[in-house]
Parts: sequence; C-alpha cells; structure tokens
Amino acid sequence: MTDAPSAKPAAPRSFQEIILRLQAYWAAKGCAVMQPYDMEVGAGTFHPATTLRSLGSKPWAAAYVQPSRRPTDGRYGDNPNRLQHYYQYQVLIKPSPPDLQELYLGSLRAIGIDIDMHDIRFVEDDWESPTLGAWGLGWEVWCDGMEVSQFTYFQQVGGHDCHPVSGELTYGLERLAMYVLGVDHVMDMPYNDPDAPIALLYRDVFRQTEQEYSRWNFDVADTDMLLQHFKDAEAECQRILSQDDSDATGRRIVMAHPAYDQCIKASHLFNLLDARGVISVTERQAYIGRVRTLAKMCADAFVRTEAGGADLSAPTHGDAA
Amino acid sequence: MPDLLIELFSEEIPARMQARAREDLKKMITDGLVGAGLTYSSAGAFSTPRRLVLALEGLTDESPTLREERKGPKVGAPDKAIEGFLRSTGLNKDQLEIRDDKKGQVYFASFEKPGRPADAIIAEVLEQTIRTFPWPKAMRWGAGSLRWVRPLHSILCVLSDDAGARVVEVDVDGIRAGDRTRGHRFMAPDTFAVSSFDDYRAKLAAANVVLDAEDRAQTIWHDAEQMAFARGLELVEDKGLLAEVAGLVEWPVALMGRIDDAFLELPPEVLQTSMKEHQKFFSVKNPKTGRIEGFVTVANRATADEGATILAGNQKVLAARLSDAKFFWQNDQRLVTSQGLSGLGAGLRDVTFHNEIGSQGDRVARIAALAGEIAPMVGADPQVAREAAEVCKADLQSEMVYEFPELQGIMGRYYAQGAGLSDAVADACRDHYSPLGPSDDVPTAPVTVAVALADKIDMLTAFWAIDEKPTGSKDPFALRRSALGVIRLILTNDLRVKLGDLFAKGYAGADGADLLTFFHDRLKVYLRDQGIRHDVIDAVLAMPGHDDLTLLVNRAEALAGFFKTDDGENLIQGYKRANNILTQAEDKDGVEYSFGAEEKFAEVDQEKALFAALDQAEAEIAPAMAQNDFATAMGAMAKLRGPIDAFFEAVQINSDNEILRRNRLNLLSRIRQICMSVADLNRLEG
Repeated sequence: MTDAPSAKPAAPRSFQEIILRLQAYWAAKGCAVMQPYDMEVGAGTFHPATTLRSLGSKPWAAAYVQPSRRPTDGRYGDNPNRLQHYYQYQVLIKPSPPDLQELYLGSLRAIGIDIDMHDIRFVEDDWESPTLGAWGLGWEVWCDGMEVSQFTYFQQVGGHDCHPVSGELTYGLERLAMYVLGVDHVMDMPYNDPDAPIALLYRDVFRQTEQEYSRWNFDVADTDMLLQHFKDAEAECQRILSQDDSDATGRRIVMAHPAYDQCIKASHLFNLLDARGVISVTERQAYIGRVRTLAKMCADAFVRTEAGGADLSAPTHGDAA
Repeated sequence: MPDLLIELFSEEIPARMQARAREDLKKMITDGLVGAGLTYSSAGAFSTPRRLVLALEGLTDESPTLREERKGPKVGAPDKAIEGFLRSTGLNKDQLEIRDDKKGQVYFASFEKPGRPADAIIAEVLEQTIRTFPWPKAMRWGAGSLRWVRPLHSILCVLSDDAGARVVEVDVDGIRAGDRTRGHRFMAPDTFAVSSFDDYRAKLAAANVVLDAEDRAQTIWHDAEQMAFARGLELVEDKGLLAEVAGLVEWPVALMGRIDDAFLELPPEVLQTSMKEHQKFFSVKNPKTGRIEGFVTVANRATADEGATILAGNQKVLAARLSDAKFFWQNDQRLVTSQGLSGLGAGLRDVTFHNEIGSQGDRVARIAALAGEIAPMVGADPQVAREAAEVCKADLQSEMVYEFPELQGIMGRYYAQGAGLSDAVADACRDHYSPLGPSDDVPTAPVTVAVALADKIDMLTAFWAIDEKPTGSKDPFALRRSALGVIRLILTNDLRVKLGDLFAKGYAGADGADLLTFFHDRLKVYLRDQGIRHDVIDAVLAMPGHDDLTLLVNRAEALAGFFKTDDGENLIQGYKRANNILTQAEDKDGVEYSFGAEEKFAEVDQEKALFAALDQAEAEIAPAMAQNDFATAMGAMAKLRGPIDAFFEAVQINSDNEILRRNRLNLLSRIRQICMSVADLNRLEG
C-alpha cells in the first residue's frame, strides 16, 4: 500500500481545508493541479482537462476544483443538500493506474476519514453523458451508505473509444465536506477556519447568490435571448470547425478548444432553458442531440491536434513545404 | 487425480452480474476441458465482489492418446498436394498407406494424436474463457486491450494432488497466473499463497472473506432475524435484496437501526422502497402495529466500535432520504386535498405518451370511455368505472412516483383515499396495472377489472393501430404482457366477452383480426404452461366463437380431458380412419360426400346401429354445444366410439355396389360433420 496506515491525519475543520488537502494529496501523487475552467459548466467532466484530454494516446494526470452549475437544482439556499452552484473535485489520470482504487482510498484518509471505522463500498454505477457522447463503467463510492464520489473508467468520449483508458474520480465537495465535518445543512458549514478572525460559514459566502440565481434561473432569464445564444454558440462551433486546418500564413492550427468552448456554452444554455421550463419532453432529446453533435465534432478535431496524440510529422495538404 | 482451483481477482464486480458469471465460468471452463479430452468428477463456482472462483475435483492428468486416420490425395496427384498432406499430418511419404478407393488408389495417413498434459489444456481454456467471457457489459482499463467487467488484477490457477501443488502457467495480457491472492480489502489486505481449494477457502475465511454467496446470505438473514426478534420485531422478507446484498460484501456484518418517529406516518411501501432502492436496507416490521419501524443494513466489515460509527452514518443518510420522501408525501397530499386527485393528474395532458398516440391525458380519456363500456360486461357500475379510470393514472404526476416509479398505483390508492374517493375507486387506482407478471394476483373487484381491461385494450389497440407490434425479442412497450394480462383477467373472472367487441371499442384503426391472432398465440403459451397440448388448443381455435376466451378455454379443457380417456383416444382413431377414407374418396372422385346417408341402404346391423348412434349423438350434441356444455357434448361424442369401431369391423366401405359405396361415404361424412361440430379433430396429432 502506498500510505502508511498508521498515519491518521487530524480531522479537517473547514470546507476549504478539505479542498486544500485534496489538492496537496493529488499534487503529491503526481497530478498537475489545474485551476477551474473559466466558463459555466454542469460538472467537472466538462473541463477540457477531462473531456478533451481523455482523448488520444498522450498520458495525462490532472486534478482540479470545478465550480458547477445546475440551474434546476436551485432551492433559494433553503434545502440542506441542494444547490444550483456547487463544487466538484475532479481527478483524471490516463492511462488509469492499476492502483487507482488505493490512491482514491488514500485521498479519503487525507481528508480525515478513518478508513478503519467506516464501511467504504464500491457500488455499481455506470456513467453516461448523453450531451458529451461519453460513457464509462465504474462505481459510486459509498461511505456508511452515503455516496461520496464517483469512480469511472472512461470507455468512450465524444464518440471516440478511449485508448488508453482514463480513470476519473469526481468528489461532490459540499456533500463530502458536510459528511466529514458532521454538518446537516450545507449553509451551516464552516467555509474557512472556525477560529479565523473573520470566520465565514458557507451561508456567508453563498446564501445570497443561491437566492439571486434561483430567482433568475427559474423566473427571470430571458428565454428568447437564451434560445438565440444557443443557436449562436452552435453556429460558431460549427463555423470554427469548418475552417481549414492551416491559417493564412500556412501554420497548421486546428481550433479544437475554441470550438469546444462554444459546445460548453450551448450545453449550459440548454440547462438554463430547461430550468425555465420551456423545453418539452420531446424537444429535450433533440437539444441534447444537438449538443452531442458539437461535442463529437470537437472530439474529432482534438484528436487531429498534437495534444490529441496526432502524428503531425507527416506534412498535410495545407502545410508549406 | 489432481484438483484445479481458479480465481479471477478484480475490482468490484456488480452484484447483479455475479450469479450468472459463476455459471458462465463453470460452463466455459468445464466445456473447454471436456472438449479437449479431460474429465473431472465435480465442479463448484463461487463469487465475491472481488473474485470469481472455480474449483474442480478429480481432473484427469492428461487427455487420452487418440488414433486418427485421414484420407489424402490420389496416388499420382500433383506433388504440391501430397506435400501439403504430409505437412498437415506430420508424416513422411513412406509412412503413408495406399488403399483402393472408388476412384482409384488413394493415400491414407494413420497416426497417433498424443494426449496432452492437463496444464497445457487448462492454460488454453482459461485464456480463451477470460478473453471471451460474456459479461453483460465489459470494459478496458489502463493502456491494455483486455476486457473484463472491471479491471482484472490477478489470476490464481493451481493444480494440486498428493504430490503437492503447482501453478499452471498462463499469461493473459501480462497478467501471469500464480498461487497468491488477497483477503478482505480493508481487514486483511495482504497477499498469501494457497495450495488447494480447502486451503484457499480456509485462508480466505481467516482473512475475512466468506467465499460462498449462499453462506453470506444465510449469515445476513440469520443475524438480521435474530436482531429483529430480540426487539420483538420481524424482518420483512426480500429474497432479491438478500441476493444483491450478499453480492456486495465479503464479510457481512448486519446492523440494526430504528426509523425516526417523524417518518412513521409515511406509508410502509414508501419506507420500504426508499430504504431498499437508495440504501439496500432491509425493512423491519412491528408485528403488533404492522408498521415498518426499523431497518437492517449490512456492512462489509467489522470495526473496533462494533459498527456504531457505520450505523450512525447510515442512519443519518436515511434521515435525509426520508425527509425528501416526507416532503414529497406532504406536497402530494396537500395538492390532492385542495384540488382532488384529478387536480393532481391535470398535468398528464402535457405529458407525451407516444408521438403518434398522443398525451397521457388523451390516453386517460380513452381508458375512461372504454372502462364505461366494459363495466356492464364485468358487473361494474359504468359511472364508477369511468370515475376510477379518470384518476387511475393521476399519481404518475405525483412527486413521490416521480422519485419512485415502482410506487405507481400504490400511491394512487393512498391519494385516492386522501381525496375522499370510494374504496372501489382507490383499489382500482392501485390494482389496475395487475396482473403484471405471470404469477401476479389477478384483480377480481368489478371496477378494477373494468379499468384494468380498458387500460390494456387501449394500449394494445393503439400500438396495433400505429403498427408498433412486438417482433422477436423486441417488445419495448411490453404488449405481450398486456395481452397476457387481458387473458388472465378474462379467465380468472370467467368473463364472457368477445375480444372482437373490445377491440372495436378501443383505439380506432387497429387490425382486429391480426390482434386476435396475437392473443391466440399468447393464449397458446399460457395454456401450454397449464399443461394443455398445443394440438388440442389448435383444435378448438379452429372453431367458431374463438374470440370468447372463456369459451375457448372451457372447450380446450374439456377436449384435453376427453382425450385422456380410453373412449376419447379410440374415438379419435375411429374419426381419423373415417376421415382418411372419406378424404381419399373425395379426392379421387372429385366430389364432396355430404348428401346425407340413407338408412334404407344399410345392409348389416352394425351399419344400422351407427345410423342410430349418429342420430342420437347429433340430438345430444347440438343443444349441448348451443349451451356451451362441453362435457355433455364430449360424452355424447364418446358414445360413438363403439358403433364406429363395430362399423369398420363389419363393413367394407369401398363396396363394388356403387350405391352402397356412396351411401357409406356419406355416412362417414356424417361422422366427420358431427365430430367437427365439437372441435376440429383434424388438428389433433397421434
């Protein structure tokens, strides 16, 4: 085993301490600690450090916090467990190492879960993202009956088979931290150290924003405008990807990431429209299909780039000799 | 003779796949070994969340040496052909034999195929098994291309006999077989070597792994029952959950907890479903109150605090889950109290049932109209049946059923009661989905029966109208189940309805004849399961009135009973003899002998007796059939056996006298006509 089982770290005291410990743990295990992606996404998986980097043959190891938005889950800050804005901690390692389960359990120890006193279980949970054209097999991890993480071996992303396979870990940070800190309502959770000169609870940071966004998401967001933005993002994504691989000076630059930004935008706009209740059951499938088409096109583009593992030594038609 | 032990050690295998995987492993390995010439005396397969295990006893050391003979090319064939033959047999030309064949002289090779050691065969079969294992869903991992249900970590493959144990050399994509395994993930994670199955099982037990799922299930059940009993409570049986939980743990430790009083107002079905679906808890009932008051969770380990932390954590998760359930329950109740059950279901009109068939609301309106029409046929008040149908799907719009779809119907009944509707309506809300499975109880309450029939007939006629019928294994709308449901509703309640009439009142545009054939196919399967021969069913299906299922089945049962008697069996032989002679004569003469026989041409007593017997049979059968009294009709038919046998004994049909011949053929025709008025005996075999 990679960790000395005798070294039981002290219990963390705040939300941020749990995040810091995860950062330190995965940094020590060799992951590139990245920063959140600077766009609205529904889950950490949407970060290009996961979606795009899980494609192609190049090894990769990244860990990061990703703020995630799920407009339909907004409850004006009243519900003890539901938020329209929350944080996920995401780890992606390609190829998945043989001791990934042990590495994961080490991360639970690092945040103060005494493995010897709890019942940790790997319960079947196949993961599928219809919007990303992705699926994988794995588990939800239970700690005393509570789901604390998702653990997935990616098999396909953007319609491409994953070779090698990435191992993905997703921790729902609020839920996990509430469990570790013994808090029943998310808003009561210490955000920073409770003994800090200015001690802040989760409510001090997020209660008001939950209210504001809940109102906007459900009642106010301009649906005509959102629909137009969706169309714009879709069109721009397609336009970017229809460009020649080489620019005016002959440099070969496939714009997979800018296109993928538009795909992320379209996905979030769809979520907003859904929260406004203007998408019918039948339309829903159609919208998801449109986002998936974009995701697939972006994946197709990414695997033609260097980071996507393409062999660019062979000259292509657009390249200057 | 050595014993073989195989363990495939992986990351956690989904519980639902383990039973099938055990069987597949046993079958694939033993089939492979036997196919390669080995034999064994017994085989046992086992699984835990992390391992799939096969133990074989009394395996032979090697496959037997076989002599093989193979025919080669003709003498004088091109050298290339002969060289190829030599290569394939491993012989040289001097060792070939020349024999005479139809087409001339031919080379024959005769050689021994030496037996192979068990090790080599096992290695081959095991690798093949791993590479082609039929997991419902398999995956790749890391940089490899091997597929398994979850990453495969190690292979243990040991042959052991009195002389000791040896590892069978196998290497599958870099995973080399060895003799080592691990204990419980948390309680005993170190590796250890094993030398035989007994050694393996004992060392695993010492390392906190119970190998046999059956043992784990028994431990769980026994411990849970004891704990409940000690507090004067009883465990609610759930075999499916028990099997699943046994597949989730290697070292089961049952822990019992109480449900907070704040949640005891929830219906027991809600408590049970929430605990089972979300947390895989068993429910614990208070036999005095009938309420679910506690739960048993099964941990995968023992802890220093005897599970106190684990139980407290589970209890907390349960409280959060039940808070949600209570929230749904109260919201639904509030809506039902203020707006009635139809208020709850108002949103159904916005829910698409099927693009071509319309919304759920449209469907409910059709079911209500149909239930009103069916009501008089089943002894229900049409007004009440319509009312019940109008609200029977309302609970699909409730928050509770949105969260727990399996509570559909059950919640409908609670909410109907909450809305102050009658018991008949409330029961129909709950039971109109029944029967679902072939062993489900069939509703008998008239209002429920009317709604249940209307629901299923609407479903069937609607999908028939848009030509979305089941094909082969594809039946996405479970239409076979619906049809079987209608069949069982009709038969159990002894209903006299014509399916054709029901279809005509259903969704417009369905091909009723085709749908009836579909029903007949389902009925055949159903009756075959009840032990009625398919040819007997065919014999009655060919008769008029075959869209009245109760009539059909009564007739089939009477006929099946009749042919179990001596008279019945002999009568059918006599009938067939008569029919064969008649059919041959009709074919030959190009006429149909149905002019009626005349008694005045009867020559012998046996012939006259047959006339009398047929007259009497006809007189008894016709009124009996008119009253659907099949027993009497069959009895009358049975009495024909003696006269028919005697007739054939005494009389030659194909007389030289053309008048007599024609008259006797016409007499045979009467036998056919009378018997055929009961059932189409031509369909019967044997």
